[in-house]
Amino acid sequence: MKGYNFAYLDEQTKRMLRRALLKAVAIPGHQIPFGAREMPLPYGWGTGGIQVTACVIGRDDTLKVIDQGADDTTNAVSIRRFFAKTAGVATTTRTVDATVIQTRHRIPETPLTEAQIIVYQVPQPEPLYKLEPSRAETRRMHALAEYGAMHVKLYEQVARYGQIAISYDYPVMVNGRHLMAPSPIPAFDNPKMHRMKALQLFGAGREKRIYAVPPYTDVVSLDFEDYPFRAGRAPHACALCGDTASYLDEVVTDDRGGRMFVCSDTDHCATRRERVA
Amino acid sequence: MSGPLLSARALALRFGPITALDGVGADLWPGEVLAVVGESGSGKTTLLNVLAGRLRPDAGHVWYREPDGHVADVHAMPPPVLRRLHRSDWGFVQQDPRAALRMDVSAGGNVGERLMAAGARHYGHIREEAARWLEEVEIDVARMDDRPGTFSGGMLQRLQIARTLVTRPCLVFMDEPTGGLDVSVQARLLDLIRTLVRRLGIAVVLVTHDLAVARLMAGRIMVMQRGRVVEDGLADQVLDDPRHPYTQLLVSSVLAA
Repeated sequence: MKGYNFAYLDEQTKRMLRRALLKAVAIPGHQIPFGAREMPLPYGWGTGGIQVTACVIGRDDTLKVIDQGADDTTNAVSIRRFFAKTAGVATTTRTVDATVIQTRHRIPETPLTEAQIIVYQVPQPEPLYKLEPSRAETRRMHALAEYGAMHVKLYEQVARYGQIAISYDYPVMVNGRHLMAPSPIPAFDNPKMHRMKALQLFGAGREKRIYAVPPYTDVVSLDFEDYPFRAGRAPHACALCGDTASYLDEVVTDDRGGRMFVCSDTDHCATRRERVA
Repeated sequence: MSGPLLSARALALRFGPITALDGVGADLWPGEVLAVVGESGSGKTTLLNVLAGRLRPDAGHVWYREPDGHVADVHAMPPPVLRRLHRSDWGFVQQDPRAALRMDVSAGGNVGERLMAAGARHYGHIREEAARWLEEVEIDVARMDDRPGTFSGGMLQRLQIARTLVTRPCLVFMDEPTGGLDVSVQARLLDLIRTLVRRLGIAVVLVTHDLAVARLMAGRIMVMQRGRVVEDGLADQVLDDPRHPYTQLLVSSVLAA
């Protein structure tokens, strides 16, 4: 686009971001501060993710953007159009064709490959944020790997609900060392992060933090020995493609209690239906 | 391998023009209860914080004898080591339990926190241990999943004690543990603390302004005035036969009921 640098951000900003990314990849799960820029997008819509995408995307890349698993929601459409315009890159809705995937709230059902990068939009990068209000103290807790407090939260869940009832942003231990917020993806997606072949990058724009999980890194969901982690999903089959293993959205269809369950990953659902047809 | 558990020499600390500690020394033997008494502003709490490694003195040393017999300088310990010590072998009981407890976490969670910090990852075991300790401090196990906000002042303080003792520390610092409680609750709490401390053989540094508490709890008493130790000896000796004029004043100013 005329008057703008490739992928909107100026080269100095991208260098700053890439330096932060290199540090983040070197210490998996560790939050690196960076100077987040004002983006033409409100906070909470993916300002962190969009900056990370802007600094890793190249002319030959193919971009896919998903929001809650869907390619056709406002957030996904605008970010995809943003990069089509400012970087002139090819975009796709097909997971297998994409080289860079920016996501909010989901990991695609199709396993990712070494040739792909997945960029997560993160609202709150600090997993200890609800337990310890002081950032100086949470940094100290990370530095000393003092994560007992996180288990207090899990204990409370079991004591109150009889199980660990965290359904999204389920805390994970990365590389056996750093406690990490996986961003608000459903706990169902947590196992996909474990030893994922693709590079995982996380950008939190408002909180000005970047972190990363390199390929083939251990990502383990916290749990108790007698209350192991369980990836929950609605006990239904997708009403469109019939999948009984994918993560489902509940869609209200009328005001008389009618509802249907459909795959939250629209590309996964469409691909399955194509195959049948 | 014998010697004091905790030993301090020539501690000095000034806050600007105020002398909080001036050449203070102390020895605490395993299983012993040492009371530090004096009027407010005499440096009692400052001394406690310096002994516990929470506050760095301008001069002087605090040594701690670890269970393996190794003697370590508390203020030379790297922060992770000191923090680990505070979570396991040491305990700290504050005057205001609300400041020490997690008020948005159930009583059981509060007691279990130190276990989980020490690496316990079995919910059933943590819960059993927490229930056992709630019983120890005479809190109804049925209240285990209630938040501390629904507890009375005395129960809160007992909960704090359960939370502190759950890792079986060998040394506990107590800062006015009975302050702010009414007299009957105080008596019951003191009785409880005394029983637990005796039975578990915990060494305690107890800071109090209340001589009755000191007499009930302590084997030895240190009297402080303006940052200096003016008298130091066996509890009965200090209270029944005070030698220093300030101690005499303190003892004679206690109201007899």
